[in-house]
Amino acid sequence: MFDVATAAVEAALAAGARYADARAMEQRSETMHARNGVVDRLDRGERAGVGVRALIASSWGFFAVPDLSVGAARKAGTRAADVARSSGLAPGLPTELAPEPPSVASWASACLEDPWSVSLAEKGDLLEGVTRTMLEHGADVAEAQERVWETRKWFVSSEGHRIDQHVRECGAAMNATAVGETETQRRSYPGIRGQYGTRGWELVRELDLAANAARIAEEARALLSADACPSLEATDLILGSEQMALQIHESVGHAVELDRILGWEAAFAGTSWLDLARLGSLRFGSDLMHVTADATLPGALGSFGYDDEGTPAHPVDIVRGGTWVGVLSGRDSAARIGQPSGGAVRAEAFDRIPMVRMTNVGLLPGDSSLEEMIAATDDGILMDTNRSWSIDDRRLNFQFGCEMGWEIRHGRRTRMLRNPTYTGISPRFWGSLDMLGNRSEWTFWGTPNCGKGQPQQIGHTGHPAVPARFRGVRVGVRG
Amino acid sequence: MAIAARIVELGRSAEPSAEIEVLARVGASALTRFANGAIHQNVAEDVRHVSVRVALDGRPARCTLDGPPDDDAVQALLWRALEAARARTPDPDWPGLAGALPALPVDHWDAATAEAEPAARAMQVAGFVRAADGLETAGYCSTDASAVAYANTNGQQLLGRSTVAVVDGIARTGTSDGSARAASVSLGSLDGAVLGAEAARRARDAADPVDLDPGRYEVVLGPACVADVLGFLYRYGFNAQAVEERRSFVRLGERQFDDRITLRDDVTDPGQAGVAFDAEGTPKTPLTLVHAGTTVEVLYTRRTAAKARVRSTGHAPETGEEWGGLVANGVLGAGDRTADELVAGVGRGLLVTDFHYTRILDPRTEVVTGLTRNGVWLVEDGRMRRSVRNLRFTQSYVDALAPGAVVAVGADRQLVTDPDGAEPFLVPSLHLRSWNFSGGARG
Repeated sequence: MFDVATAAVEAALAAGARYADARAMEQRSETMHARNGVVDRLDRGERAGVGVRALIASSWGFFAVPDLSVGAARKAGTRAADVARSSGLAPGLPTELAPEPPSVASWASACLEDPWSVSLAEKGDLLEGVTRTMLEHGADVAEAQERVWETRKWFVSSEGHRIDQHVRECGAAMNATAVGETETQRRSYPGIRGQYGTRGWELVRELDLAANAARIAEEARALLSADACPSLEATDLILGSEQMALQIHESVGHAVELDRILGWEAAFAGTSWLDLARLGSLRFGSDLMHVTADATLPGALGSFGYDDEGTPAHPVDIVRGGTWVGVLSGRDSAARIGQPSGGAVRAEAFDRIPMVRMTNVGLLPGDSSLEEMIAATDDGILMDTNRSWSIDDRRLNFQFGCEMGWEIRHGRRTRMLRNPTYTGISPRFWGSLDMLGNRSEWTFWGTPNCGKGQPQQIGHTGHPAVPARFRGVRVGVRG
Repeated sequence: MAIAARIVELGRSAEPSAEIEVLARVGASALTRFANGAIHQNVAEDVRHVSVRVALDGRPARCTLDGPPDDDAVQALLWRALEAARARTPDPDWPGLAGALPALPVDHWDAATAEAEPAARAMQVAGFVRAADGLETAGYCSTDASAVAYANTNGQQLLGRSTVAVVDGIARTGTSDGSARAASVSLGSLDGAVLGAEAARRARDAADPVDLDPGRYEVVLGPACVADVLGFLYRYGFNAQAVEERRSFVRLGERQFDDRITLRDDVTDPGQAGVAFDAEGTPKTPLTLVHAGTTVEVLYTRRTAAKARVRSTGHAPETGEEWGGLVANGVLGAGDRTADELVAGVGRGLLVTDFHYTRILDPRTEVVTGLTRNGVWLVEDGRMRRSVRNLRFTQSYVDALAPGAVVAVGADRQLVTDPDGAEPFLVPSLHLRSWNFSGGARG
């Protein structure tokens, strides 16, 4: 398959490109979904093709074709150069690429139990069984889903990169919805998006959906009669690790994407409140806040061997002791600020251009525990499991909702709360972080649905997270 | 059509008892993206997609292929689909395949758009950038063309084709952004320079915004905001699955909206886009969802229609069928006021052109939170007084259009879509009596 990618690169160079790279890819995927005891969706997909990127003067061009023949790859290389040339009608600043020694390598994710070796009957029995259990325990609507992805890609660049990778990912999710007279309540396990990783089916077995189905159904039902989260201008807020993963993803991960900071996403995803002039000095949060982007974490959903520009995976410090120190970048964006590539450029598939994406952006653990946080809180609210998420186009003002809350009084959980929401301004919020869960609570959450770019690409990102406490947070925003 | 019919015949030969449907899509998709006044991402692709769904004794499975549909690939695709169907558990709710029914004559197609070269898109972008007259700009120009063929073992065979072109961008001052966009079947009918000038004017008008206290305000929502509102109403409300599961606000036959609201779903409208059938081969039927404020219809797939013992309305997506009926061609009835006249009717309120990052808090009540973007203006006594900083809102979209809540409807209907072609809405601006702004974007 290297021949296909090489043909594409050579054709782009022959058509005038000063740099070119190509990814020949084969992907297959599976989605099985059950609703109320019946599998109502079984999809399997296969995608194969080559995507070529060509750089002419300051302008990129990209062309993709769903065909892995050498002839089609050559045509795609030529077309990519044509597209790049047309970009010169609205040229920009000179485009340089941060130096990256060409790698010749092979990498594969670890997989103990191949997800494709597990029969559809077993998968169907699992999903149908847990949805039936949820119905029996109070759910009005019960859903469960498993997903599998397998990607093989062969990357070649005009600088001499020659890398093949084999990544297997899978995971599962389930949720129970209880319908009341005026609203619905939902509980998910293990989180709103489920749990996914660069692992085999062992991940799904470890989730043990069956052991949690009855509980979440009962919780969804109980939420219908729970008290509403009070509206408070300021209270202590404890977030469980699943909600922390979302908090990190939205308010840290996207904010530190260098393409956003440089304005490349201004019209769609937005920009960032972060000012490059203050990289290395800006206070992002409290001293407890240490965030890294680490694509080397075994099994995490944002892990890989090499990014889609051939940069080896490596950890990057993003926030150290509360100070903003790093960004997510690729070769062209990093060159704009005189840094080496952060190795964070990926494409969803052969037919999408590689762009800056989160790897595993997460918090390093602290030394408390969730129970210690509760015990140390006199008056506050515990929230977990994301339900809604909205943040402004500079990644500064957010309002997030959770599935379930608990009132904390005098160091104890008291009453369950429905419709808990909280809102804040990112540096002020992160500055109020004063307790952080320990390594035993450190979970590598996987987000399989991060949308970015035009045409939109769905990215797979990882978010190591622990429970955390924040002081003086506004909660209970209502419509 | 040849490829879809050929695969159906191959499948029938391999497994005579199988129900088989094939959806094939061939085309080209391209998008030229600009930021900081320059093209920075410029992509194009050939699309060759085949989706095969088979059912064996009520056990359906779908397999898809993005690649050349040569004989070997098609045989392998069919084999995988049959294998998956044999291995899965039975589906007691499987509704079977569509019967043979013709689709309405719809042809939202422009040959020049289908063949648009990268230079044509780049020239639209260059026009936008130049017309912004020195302001920083960002956005995109896209063209999409696809031919779609459907065939199944019940004898249903349908063909359709569609093009869509979009120019969408912002201009930026140091303190504000302004947007302008247009979408059409024809790239030639769009003018990047006109849009760039409009975005620049709006950006300058929005410069130096001030903070405004949150609270309830009258609003004039531009077409992009109205399309956002309809998107949520469609997905969580006018979706038969949500209705059946009691997760929807919809109560058929009740006056749930202001009598100025008439909402149709109509792929035959000359201002719409897309093809005249869904992924299950069901012809789309022009529907009135809301007539003068009264909810009268919802959207069905074959599965949800079978449960309700009615006919599918032709709203099945290819994937994500667990969501129910989704594929939409919403058309909101236009009024007789220009956008300026809508503003002139505001006592004290806000003019909003764009929303950002809207998310639902509860599907039953349709409470949504999100933010304003690309310019918000305080209007007093019918005059735009000054621009204000972005605000967060937390608002029930159903309540916003409830009886008595709609002051006026604009005549400025516009096709609003996105580069992925999802849910094109043909919508005007709306003047609404009340909108709950729950906070400033700065906290």
